[in-house]
Amino acid sequence: MLFPSMLRTSGDWFADFEQLYDRMDELLGGRSGVSSIRAVGRAGAFPALNVGNSPDAVEIYAFAPGIDPKSIDVSVDKGLLAISGERQVQDGQGSSGKSGEERTAYANERFSGRFHRVVALSEDADPARVEATYRNGVLKIVVPKRESSKPRQIQISSGS
Amino acid sequence: MQPQSNSTAMQTQQPQNAQNANSRTAPALLPPVDIYEDSGGITLCADLPGVTREDLAIGVDGRNLTIEAPLKLGETNSLTPVYAEVRANHFRRSFELSGDLDTGKIDAGLRDGVLTLRIPKLEQAKPRRIDVRVE
Repeated sequence: MLFPSMLRTSGDWFADFEQLYDRMDELLGGRSGVSSIRAVGRAGAFPALNVGNSPDAVEIYAFAPGIDPKSIDVSVDKGLLAISGERQVQDGQGSSGKSGEERTAYANERFSGRFHRVVALSEDADPARVEATYRNGVLKIVVPKRESSKPRQIQISSGS
Repeated sequence: MQPQSNSTAMQTQQPQNAQNANSRTAPALLPPVDIYEDSGGITLCADLPGVTREDLAIGVDGRNLTIEAPLKLGETNSLTPVYAEVRANHFRRSFELSGDLDTGKIDAGLRDGVLTLRIPKLEQAKPRRIDVRVE
């Protein structure tokens, strides 16, 4: 599973503080260590991204609910994978709301508008064979690794 | 002219309250919502990416409405996390409903990870126009 391994502690509310601390750290620019010049870190951006690595591929999950898959644009250029598109949030007009009627909004938290996010791919990723699928509001992008970069066993020949 | 109700029909509860009931679990993701009210009732839209219809649980307990669902990606087992903005694997959020809403007639739909809830008002709570008699 991609998630539990990334959770720090098993469930006390200290984890919340830790997350808050991380966020503050990020906002204040005090992040220790060295990150990529094109680091993806932009908390709160839409869509949220999770990236995982397997021996065969890099898997990118974009949490982008309520979007027509045809309107999502995924492109790779010089090792940079870009996800862009537009999300039109229906303002509750749907089911039984009569059009033109006055409505009161109590919460407006969902993202609406154009989005654009970029992920830097590692050197061993093969951009020619990128696959993207959209299911239950999650866009999954699989970038296979080049054959040459996959781990392999080296045969040792016995010199006689 | 439609009469406007001034009461806050729904109040967002703090996540801590929801967690007390189930404190052993990991922190839950708070799904972003849009809430609208018209004369007939309330419409709530919530972003729940990675949630299927079968897994989604919407419960009404008295005046409390709780939305709860696990987030499933179906990722490969051999996947090593590299970077994560979503750091929990279930959603939970609770709302307190006001007495003028008909909790027995809630209608829910889930599409592409977006939940749309329609909570109608009780008949007697719907706005009426009062005719003024001419004397």
